[in-house]
Amino acid sequence: MADTLLTEQTLAAQRPVLFRYALLQLRDSELADDAVQETLLAAWQSAAGFEGKAGLRTWLIGILKHKIADHWRRSAREAVAPTFDRTDEDDGEAEEDDYFASSGHWNGGPKAWADPEAALKRQEFWLIYEVCQNNLPPKMANVFMLRELVGLDSDEVCREAGLSDANYWVTMHRARLRLRECLEIRWFNNTKQEQRHA
Amino acid sequence: MRSCRAVSVLVSQGLDKKLSLRERCSVWLHVMMCTRCRNFQTQSQFIRKAARRYTDDLQSRLGKKS
Repeated sequence: MADTLLTEQTLAAQRPVLFRYALLQLRDSELADDAVQETLLAAWQSAAGFEGKAGLRTWLIGILKHKIADHWRRSAREAVAPTFDRTDEDDGEAEEDDYFASSGHWNGGPKAWADPEAALKRQEFWLIYEVCQNNLPPKMANVFMLRELVGLDSDEVCREAGLSDANYWVTMHRARLRLRECLEIRWFNNTKQEQRHA
Repeated sequence: MRSCRAVSVLVSQGLDKKLSLRERCSVWLHVMMCTRCRNFQTQSQFIRKAARRYTDDLQSRLGKKS
């Protein structure tokens, strides 16, 4: 049954997601491309090892992880190898309360942003965006990136990051609260800079 | 009526799954009256868009591949 489901097309369709996953870890598009190709080739050759369509992406990512690990071993940089499997060290449970008063109202809270669309066109904005994204606690950053950058769906992110459903919602919500606040403080409050280029 | 905290949780969840009709109604009613939650809603959507754009940008920055 498996080999009727697994075609070159279904494999190729997963390529963009796999590529983004590899790119975020390897930070080099040629290396990422190689890893993805090796992954698809290995998947094709061991199609028998695949057990059902629902988990195709999970299965492929499993193979891809090995290819990425191989790369780090080859380049003897295991110590600095980034990974999506990091665990929580610093998950402040009370953290969300910084954003809300005990009444449930915002503490400060989201201000209106002037012309966010224009920000997307500015090189400087992306530096700020990157800083804000990197400032997320490691596990939160991983979950956010798997969902929003790699493009996995929430079930897949839970499997990848070993999160319960409830933990997933909390983590994503906190990530958005944090990113939002960081962007507001570092970019959108900086209206003078915006006006100069308006 | 739901608090801003509860509504912001629903807004966030609404980006990843379809909310129930009841939940959608309460978000809608709340957001109509609450500027901050409305800002949170548009800003969360913006962050999603920015994350996708960032990924595209990363792909072109880390090497010109076809």
